[in-house]
Amino acid sequence: MGAPGSAVAGLDARAGRLQVPARRPGQAASRPTVEITHLRKTYGELVAVDDVSFSVTEGEIFGILGPNGAGKTTTVECAIGLRSPDSGTIRLLGLDPQADRDEVHEIVGAQLQASAFPPKLRVGEILDMYRSFYREPADVGELTEALGLSGKCHDYYKSLSGGQRQRLSVALALIGRPKIAVLDEMTTGLDPQARRDAWELIEGVRDRGVTIILVTHFMEEAERLCDRVALIDNGRVVALDTPARLAAQARGGKSVRFLPSASFDDRLLTALPEVTRVDREGQHVIVTGTGELASTVILALAAAGVTARDLQLDSSNLEDAFVRLTGRHTDKEGALT
Amino acid sequence: MTSLTLPRSRTARRAAFGQIMLNEARLTWRRPVGLIAGVAIPLVLLVIFGKVSKFQQHSAALGGLTPFDLYLPILVVFALAMLALLGLPIPLASYRELGLLRRLSTTPVPRSWMLIAQGLVQLCVVVAAIVIMIIVSMTAFGAPAPKSPAGVTVAVALSAAGLFPIGLLVAAIARTANGASVIGRLAFFPMMFFAGLWLPRALMPDVLLTISNYTPLGAAVEAIQDSMLQGFPPVAPLLVLAAYAVVFGFLARRFFRWE
Repeated sequence: MGAPGSAVAGLDARAGRLQVPARRPGQAASRPTVEITHLRKTYGELVAVDDVSFSVTEGEIFGILGPNGAGKTTTVECAIGLRSPDSGTIRLLGLDPQADRDEVHEIVGAQLQASAFPPKLRVGEILDMYRSFYREPADVGELTEALGLSGKCHDYYKSLSGGQRQRLSVALALIGRPKIAVLDEMTTGLDPQARRDAWELIEGVRDRGVTIILVTHFMEEAERLCDRVALIDNGRVVALDTPARLAAQARGGKSVRFLPSASFDDRLLTALPEVTRVDREGQHVIVTGTGELASTVILALAAAGVTARDLQLDSSNLEDAFVRLTGRHTDKEGALT
Repeated sequence: MTSLTLPRSRTARRAAFGQIMLNEARLTWRRPVGLIAGVAIPLVLLVIFGKVSKFQQHSAALGGLTPFDLYLPILVVFALAMLALLGLPIPLASYRELGLLRRLSTTPVPRSWMLIAQGLVQLCVVVAAIVIMIIVSMTAFGAPAPKSPAGVTVAVALSAAGLFPIGLLVAAIARTANGASVIGRLAFFPMMFFAGLWLPRALMPDVLLTISNYTPLGAAVEAIQDSMLQGFPPVAPLLVLAAYAVVFGFLARRFFRWE
């Protein structure tokens, strides 16, 4: 039976090899955890979300950034099934948040903006209640330990500090052991130390294999935490990239503002390769450009005998980055026409 | 739900509902405004009325009854109205204000459970209040035992069914807990007038009595008083209460905002 046996084995091996591409575990893992395509949501006349598409892979910390009213919150509210989109599709691990609502709520933990609890409930009572909502909940002891709330279970909600309330809120988002956690403005209103603690916490959660969607308007937060960031403005994704690349783009458009000690010809600066434009605002001069802008401008002015007084370098915060990125967008379009 | 998901067991769902109930009960106890308004105040009034000797005299104008006989059902309705119009909507409005109802909608548990739990807790409180009042009136002030305990049960159940949706509508209209408290009070006093708190129904002129018959608290007093003193209540007030339950149930459902 040796020969036929080996023939069968060979066949098996071939069959096995043929099946490999279809069974490769990497393929299942590469399916996006969150996939949103052409999401649109309006409230009457108001277009909250115009056209938003992005996908998030497993274990990623994905940031959604944008100014107030950009449509960030509506986007995540649609994603977790709190609102039904007008059009577009949303899939969370292949589930539709509207059609598979119950199951989506089992696998998604959400920490929403402005959610508080009755002052006279104890921390442990709130945790026990939320714990009972889920099929396979986390251990309260472990969770409170990880969130620095372990000594607080007997405290009333009203006695918690802002940071502790925020951590409790995050604990409740994680108590169902979700595969996806949505955290909306979780560090707003926290002091810098509490904010840094919250960041460490989020990284710890991700290390446990949870995919995280982080809604924020802090550039620093996104830079520190997010693997990728979607910038949303007027209900549209205007940029989607790693924070490093987005920041580089934003820095690419920095500006310097100063009061010249003497008058000079704009061409002195526009001739410099780093300078893209020169504007005047009363006595002040605003130079926009790239690279080592400030030192180049100061040197060029010094060479012409002009001192730059009252020098201000704009900080590359989110709003600026945002203005630049949207501006760049139209510039590109302008260049095309 | 897709067929792939593990359905949550009945026990797990019951445990989750139990946890919500437990926390609602804790809050009701720890923030006893509702207990004071809905239990302590009517009970204190009952004791005061019981101590006034004039209230214990049979009166021909009242059809041979004592004022105390008339006031027991009025105070029962007082407790019902307080808990339905203030005890129920104030916490619900505050939960909406806190974002609690919105947050609950992100969990696998239906957000309506919070409303149901709150309603059940208030119902337990009101039943306790009524039982205490009846026992006190019988033991301390020699009031007769209710003629028809089944009638009292039906009348109280329908009164709660008619009044609780009004409370839900208060919670729906109000933007905040304070708003709910103001609207609840504004509704409470005129409604209590037709219950006969200031002028018992037996002394009301015909026009007022007719109006009273069609108000929720007037109908509730009529049904509860009849079942306490005579027997199973007549159909008319029960129908009025059922109609309020249907109409306000629909309105509350239509207008209730979760966020």
